[in-house]
Amino acid sequence: MITLTVNGKRHDLDVEADAPLLWVLRDELGLTGTKFGCGIAQCGACTVQVDGKPVRSCVTPAGSVKGPITTIEGLSAGLKHPVQQAWLAEDVPQCGYCQSGQIMAAAALLAATPNPTDADIDAKLTNICRCGTYPRIRKAVHRAAAALAKGART
Amino acid sequence: MNAIPLSRRAVVFCGLSATGALVIGVPADARAAMQPAAMADGTNPAKEMTAFLVIEPDNTVTIRVPHAEMGQGTSTALAMLVAEELECDWAKVRVEYASANRNARADGKLYGRMQTVGSSGLRTSVAMMQQAGASARERLRLAAADHWKIDPADCAIASGKCVHKASNRSLDYGALAAAAAAVQLPAEPAIKTPDKYRLVGKWTPRLDTAAKLDGSAKFGLDAQVPGMVYAAVWSAPVFGGALKSVDDTALKDLRGIVGVVKLKDAVVVVADRYWRARKGLDALKVEWDAAGYGGVDSDGLNLAYREALDKPMAAAEKKGDAQAALAAPGAKLVEAVYEAPFLSHSPMEPMNCTVALAPDRADVWVSTQAPMAVLQMAAKEAGLKPEQVYVHNAFVGGGFGRRGGAHDELVQAIAVAKQVGKPVKLIWSREQDMRRDRYRPQAAVRFRAALDDAGKPQAFQARIAVGSLLRGGNGPQEVQASEPMATECIQNSFYAFPARDIGVLLKNSHVPVSFWRGVGSSQNGFFMESFMDELAHAAGQDPYQYRRALLAERPDALGVIDALAKQSDWGQPLPKGRGRGIAILEAYGSVSGQVVEVTVPQDGKLKIDRVTCVLDPYHVANPNTVAQQMEGAVIMGLTAALWGEITIKGGAPVEGNFNTYRMARMADTPPRIDVHLVPSGGSKWGGVGEPGLGPLAPALANAVFAATGKRVRRLPLKHADLTWA
Repeated sequence: MITLTVNGKRHDLDVEADAPLLWVLRDELGLTGTKFGCGIAQCGACTVQVDGKPVRSCVTPAGSVKGPITTIEGLSAGLKHPVQQAWLAEDVPQCGYCQSGQIMAAAALLAATPNPTDADIDAKLTNICRCGTYPRIRKAVHRAAAALAKGART
Repeated sequence: MNAIPLSRRAVVFCGLSATGALVIGVPADARAAMQPAAMADGTNPAKEMTAFLVIEPDNTVTIRVPHAEMGQGTSTALAMLVAEELECDWAKVRVEYASANRNARADGKLYGRMQTVGSSGLRTSVAMMQQAGASARERLRLAAADHWKIDPADCAIASGKCVHKASNRSLDYGALAAAAAAVQLPAEPAIKTPDKYRLVGKWTPRLDTAAKLDGSAKFGLDAQVPGMVYAAVWSAPVFGGALKSVDDTALKDLRGIVGVVKLKDAVVVVADRYWRARKGLDALKVEWDAAGYGGVDSDGLNLAYREALDKPMAAAEKKGDAQAALAAPGAKLVEAVYEAPFLSHSPMEPMNCTVALAPDRADVWVSTQAPMAVLQMAAKEAGLKPEQVYVHNAFVGGGFGRRGGAHDELVQAIAVAKQVGKPVKLIWSREQDMRRDRYRPQAAVRFRAALDDAGKPQAFQARIAVGSLLRGGNGPQEVQASEPMATECIQNSFYAFPARDIGVLLKNSHVPVSFWRGVGSSQNGFFMESFMDELAHAAGQDPYQYRRALLAERPDALGVIDALAKQSDWGQPLPKGRGRGIAILEAYGSVSGQVVEVTVPQDGKLKIDRVTCVLDPYHVANPNTVAQQMEGAVIMGLTAALWGEITIKGGAPVEGNFNTYRMARMADTPPRIDVHLVPSGGSKWGGVGEPGLGPLAPALANAVFAATGKRVRRLPLKHADLTWA
């Protein structure tokens, strides 16, 4: 039995401690917005936040997670998060499969570094997008940073 | 949750002989939940206006698109074409997939082939979608005129309303839809001419963006069917190989295992949760047969393709006497051999499929570019008629040709579902996805050209050795007719070559090959446009001007190359160690060109500074999504050009995940990618999903040459030593 707090809700779950967080979120809790891409923490499609920090859930044993988890479904109500707003404005997604992870990573970056440089973005946003949305992601991160500087709330 | 006792497993631990023997019904509660809204099947004819349109009383317009949305923006673009003709309120438009099942019941006459391949999603359905919109608008107008008992000529259309000016009355489409559905048109109305477009051609946000920002967009992997179990797959490491033996004793201590299913070339562990199935897979001891291919490796294949260039070939194109021109005394000869490796598609969504079987019905949830092909395959595997199969297409988490019809995972899922008697979600690991892909084919090409005193090519000869995509894998290796994918961008070149001689040998190995984004243009574009650069340098001419002179008969190509030179600052001097390269080609009905600008310091560490893209697709439905396709093609092209390579060792693919098959990431993205669309009009619409791929590698390699003097003739560039002094 493990206990997880996901998007503000506590869950007591009868799963093995070594079950990957990704599959517990998807298959036990039905939170399918978090995606499976590689299974070895390479692509970041499975990125969620634990204590506000980006975590690759495919290699994270569910039993090891102590802090509160935020998934894409819990980032905001009604796409209000500045990162989601910026993604909308730049019309970032193509196939969209990696975007949950991209958004969760970008939101974590902005929480730690509210006005990131291009070098910060290169270093911290390492998620793979096979469709090649990187140019728009970069623009959207800068747009979200500008919105935050003007007082937008996360 | 209780583990299913292992004794149960004996029932489903069956070999090939039992395949097809067990077909057990879907639990009753599964049916009700099979239609999540985002995967709606569009089969409610009662309230529709036509098979393409539903207009709700609140004026919401649902447009059914017959093509897959895999990121390329087709669903938004097709909806724009319908809305343009329908004259409805764009803010009220939503889209859903047209039903493959319904199309099958109509013998494919309702929505056509429903394939999303070859950059054809929009161009093959333009006329059908425009007519669907125009036809609906006209029926709404006639319904309004009938309602008001007025002359139809006095009934006008204004953004989602029918209007009778004289009496100052208007009716929303929503109020007229039911009556309009019954209107028979005496003749189909004409569609708009492009000068009348109000929506088409304007930068329009995608309709699917919001759903892709909060996790609500449903992909194939997200299908949920009550009572389903999960399947993890381990396929024979060597293509063509077979399963020899399985020792599953270690599974008896594992939780949640439902069973082990042996297939001819794979072993599948089924469990109540996916991670438990994966754990079970890791605990198996498996022996494989290599089918005699255990000695094949990349070095041997590379040699075989180079040697094939001297073998007899099928004539793909002959014009004039190229042999004579090449042998003419005084002609300046240029010759080069180019090579390209196998490439993996690697969409971000690994291959997966969920199936629920009943005696009279199969439901299949799969991300696909070809729902009609899925329907046929599923019917065959499940022993049903095509009209008994329901394909629930979802958002496709990347296609790039991988999901164009070769759904091995679907065949496996049905075989497993038959044996376990429950709905099954079967998921390939990334390693399965990469090592059981059907790759872009390995290829080698030898070019020869003869230049006259002015440097103009008098003869152009190509010898192409490449895998047949239609054959797909090993088979008879005799010389046979060419196929268009093998010669794209080389045969019927738009350059003015007076004499041409193009030969092809379709040469396959046991490594399966298939359509990869850009198909032949993706490797042949590199070969051809690199060689054109060699010709320009052999002639001592500027690569842009050299090409330009050979494109005099093609105003569309001239438009692209001139825009390219202008937008890329072509001709502005750069210091040694920096360079620009240009490439232009014709692919999928469009003309596409790129200039890449690079810095290569003496240590050879290549940096891409800027990419300029120019595309003439003749018409543009949505500049936003076309620009996305060009941006994305540059990134995918970079991955392929710099690092992309599946190597074969012991008959098996070596690379299995992104730690060994490198992908371009944010840090690799050029700081500038500029896209310029120059639609020149006319009667045809060009493709946009693939034409951006081909020019990237040659423009990059040509830029490297400009910067360093080093000519790269083999992909990927990671093999090239770019240091210079």
